[in-house]
Amino acid sequence: MRFKSTYWFSLSLLLFFIHPLFANQVLSPNPTVTNPFVEVAPENVVAKDLPNNSGKVLQVSWNFPDTLPIMPRTIKIYRYEHDTISKHIADVTPNVKSFLDTSVMNGIPYRYSVQAEYPTGIVGGLISEPAIAKAEWFDRSKINLFVIALILVSFILGYIFYSEKGQRLFIRKIAGIQAIEEAVGRATEMGKPVLFVPGTQDMDNVQTIAGLTILSSVAKMTAKYETKLDVPVSRSITMSTGRETVHEAYLAAGRPDLYSDDIVHYITDEQFGFVAAIDGIMVRDRPAACIYMGAFFAESLILAETGNGIGAIQIAGTAMPTQLPFFVAACDYTLIGEELFAASAYLSGDKRSIASLKGQDMGKAFAIVLIAVTALFSTLSVITGNEFFTNISTFLLNLTISK
Amino acid sequence: MFFLTLLLLLLLGSVGLAFFIRPLRKFFPLLLTLFTGLLLVVALFIPAQPFPKLEEEFSMWFDVIAVFSFILGGGNLLRVHLMKIQQKKRDWQYSIVTVTGFVIVLVIGLFKVGSKNWSDPYLAQGTAFKWMYDAVFVPLQATIFSLLAFFVASAAFRAFRAKTREATILLVAAFIILIGRTPVGVWLTSWLPNPLQFFHIPNLSTWILSVPNMAGQRAIMIGIALGIISTSLKMILGIERSWLGGDES
Amino acid sequence: MKFDTTFWMKLSQIDRRWIFLVIAITVALPMVLGIDFTAVPAPMVEKVFQTIQRLPAGSKVLISYDYGPSTVPENQPMADALVFHLLSKDCKVYMMAVWATGERQSQYTIDHIVKPSFPNKEYGVDYIDLGFKAGGTGLINMLFTSVKRMYTTDRTGNDIQSFPMMSDIETLKNFDMILSISSGAPGLKEWIQFAGDRGNIPVAGGVTAVQATELFPYYPRQMFGLMAGLQGAAEYESLVIHMYPKFFQHRSALRKMAPQTVAHLAIIAFVIIGNIAYFMTRKK
Repeated sequence: MRFKSTYWFSLSLLLFFIHPLFANQVLSPNPTVTNPFVEVAPENVVAKDLPNNSGKVLQVSWNFPDTLPIMPRTIKIYRYEHDTISKHIADVTPNVKSFLDTSVMNGIPYRYSVQAEYPTGIVGGLISEPAIAKAEWFDRSKINLFVIALILVSFILGYIFYSEKGQRLFIRKIAGIQAIEEAVGRATEMGKPVLFVPGTQDMDNVQTIAGLTILSSVAKMTAKYETKLDVPVSRSITMSTGRETVHEAYLAAGRPDLYSDDIVHYITDEQFGFVAAIDGIMVRDRPAACIYMGAFFAESLILAETGNGIGAIQIAGTAMPTQLPFFVAACDYTLIGEELFAASAYLSGDKRSIASLKGQDMGKAFAIVLIAVTALFSTLSVITGNEFFTNISTFLLNLTISK
Repeated sequence: MFFLTLLLLLLLGSVGLAFFIRPLRKFFPLLLTLFTGLLLVVALFIPAQPFPKLEEEFSMWFDVIAVFSFILGGGNLLRVHLMKIQQKKRDWQYSIVTVTGFVIVLVIGLFKVGSKNWSDPYLAQGTAFKWMYDAVFVPLQATIFSLLAFFVASAAFRAFRAKTREATILLVAAFIILIGRTPVGVWLTSWLPNPLQFFHIPNLSTWILSVPNMAGQRAIMIGIALGIISTSLKMILGIERSWLGGDES
Repeated sequence: MKFDTTFWMKLSQIDRRWIFLVIAITVALPMVLGIDFTAVPAPMVEKVFQTIQRLPAGSKVLISYDYGPSTVPENQPMADALVFHLLSKDCKVYMMAVWATGERQSQYTIDHIVKPSFPNKEYGVDYIDLGFKAGGTGLINMLFTSVKRMYTTDRTGNDIQSFPMMSDIETLKNFDMILSISSGAPGLKEWIQFAGDRGNIPVAGGVTAVQATELFPYYPRQMFGLMAGLQGAAEYESLVIHMYPKFFQHRSALRKMAPQTVAHLAIIAFVIIGNIAYFMTRKK
């Protein structure tokens, strides 16, 4: 008995001293002896860096059967840094076959071990090849988006430079924009105010900016005709920008004396509180013209119907497709989608802005051609089943969809 | 990251300085727009740091500015209404309601009235704010939103007239959608044999929404996207300046 | 009564308050009488149900409450039915809100659906309410790179690290599915654009009827299913009831289908009357 103890002690001591020599072989943190006929271990553990990201993430994947007589309680994932230090990083359900490790550093090799924990014990422990996370300097999955953006930007910039050479470009008449002057004129005749609502969103929304651009022209008209202008806003930053816009417009019209900070006034950020306040303004002040230009949501119809109820001439413009039907139904004129953005170019008459519209049209033509060609090849592919047509249609579809 | 932040802070500082030098008042904001605009466009295609971080930080900066600017908005609201009360302008009585409501909500929210613990969320059970939210804010919001049901009916009555061929098509489509979105649509045409299932009202309604409607929506969305690209580009390049107050530079 | 031109003229210019009165009666009456309707699921709604039905137990699903009290009648039944379905399938449910007003709605689901129907489900293990964080679309952007950087605590202020179900959540990519119940922006559309598309994460949800047409173009490639308005919510409820009859007591959208149906019929009647009046006055 004593001999046996000494023997085991000596052997343990020997193993303790020589174990670094076999570090790679004894990495498993929980080497458990189990019955291999019942308990299946995860296999083919692969770790790899994911492309097109800022690094700091590795994907670990493994093979494991979907159904077993006895399913493991959980799958345990261990990570090895510098080959010797192991860390339990996550537990996942047995149906999961991959895991994204987002707690890694770039440039350091990591290896992984995936083990299945059964009620009777843990099996597995195969260690993956090392993988290194790295950051990419160009997202190749967005190359299609990059090319399309480049084409569209070239169209717009190309026409702007073209206009600089003195070329005059034609712009069609937009009824809604022409009606603005008529509406301001009507308000002047009636001695009633003009109400302008630049949407309910903040300055980070391009529609609000487009709305304020139109406000600039409207303010010039009201300054010229000495008509009262009322601009309730729902965001503080929009209020500051709106004030600057109206102030400059009154200066440009030569009537700074008519300007007051109270023309543009803040109400509330709360959507329906804002609507209720504007409805109150409409019913009490009975403006002769109500102009809504910007981003609107459910409040669009509430505003437009109240405006209709007081008999005001109403002009709306929004790029919110869901709200367009309401404005079309309840307003006299509606600027549909892109017309809202075209309005500033139309009103200012600036040749570079008009040129940008031409660039937009070319972008549209490009989209039409792309859609038509894709539809043609997709149809031919379905009708003929020809591989050539299928390949082209798949290529075109993938070209326009970012992965 | 550090250098970019430093550069941005320098630019922001320049904007602040430029405020006092009239000829530069618009030059520096335009420069800042050009710099941040191009940076964020480039960031979309570069996954390596610091670009994604910048995108994140800029979004946060906007929120911080928006929160602080609320003081400006709230202050303006109080000023306008207090002046109205003081000068006894037309309908000044309504302004008393606004100012009182504003002050009560602000005080109850700021001091967490009724809260047992200072660290409790402002909407914790038993707080006065929670009561106000449930008893005042929720019913008021629901009331204003439900006005839509009435306004949809009156707008439909006035606008849906079969004046032209196009208007008639719209009218018929509207009828199909209205009925198709209710169980009545199922009852009305459930007797149709299989070959005519396309004409079953819910199927017709789905077809209208997912084919002609979607085609129109997509066309409008493409137009809008191009409009946004163009407007953003004009702003980044300083062609569009009316958001800065005017055309002069 | 003489049906002459004057009559039709008056009818075509009827005071809209009469229209409001009729709508009020048509909406109120079925509610008072307690009429119940059934709903036949549309393919887009069925797709949401079937996809969740196929999720293995333990799947991690994020559900974002992107609406406020104003659209509760349309949106709340969607959220309640989805959470009931997910917990019945033993999925892990992560609730959050991009809208400040959404926080209260997730609390409603916990109080009225989770606690009474799943008393054995444990907070922090089976479901969690992360609450609201400001930032809108920016928040979605930031969650894409780091969930724990934005959410250091849950809705009630407890350390996020103390919950077992948060241990393997680092980014949005760790979720098996994202669901958004929304009534505006930021909402489902933003979740598709800034999370689903970027991270190839399955996204679906429910929106108000008004918003639905804006979402259709994303189906089925970028959004695997959609509940559109009250009808969509009622359809989902009927699917859940069919599979789990005990949800019957929680049905809410199905109850509201009667007022909606009658109101739709009233609007159709008004449009028909308006057109008759228009043609009669034009003929003369």
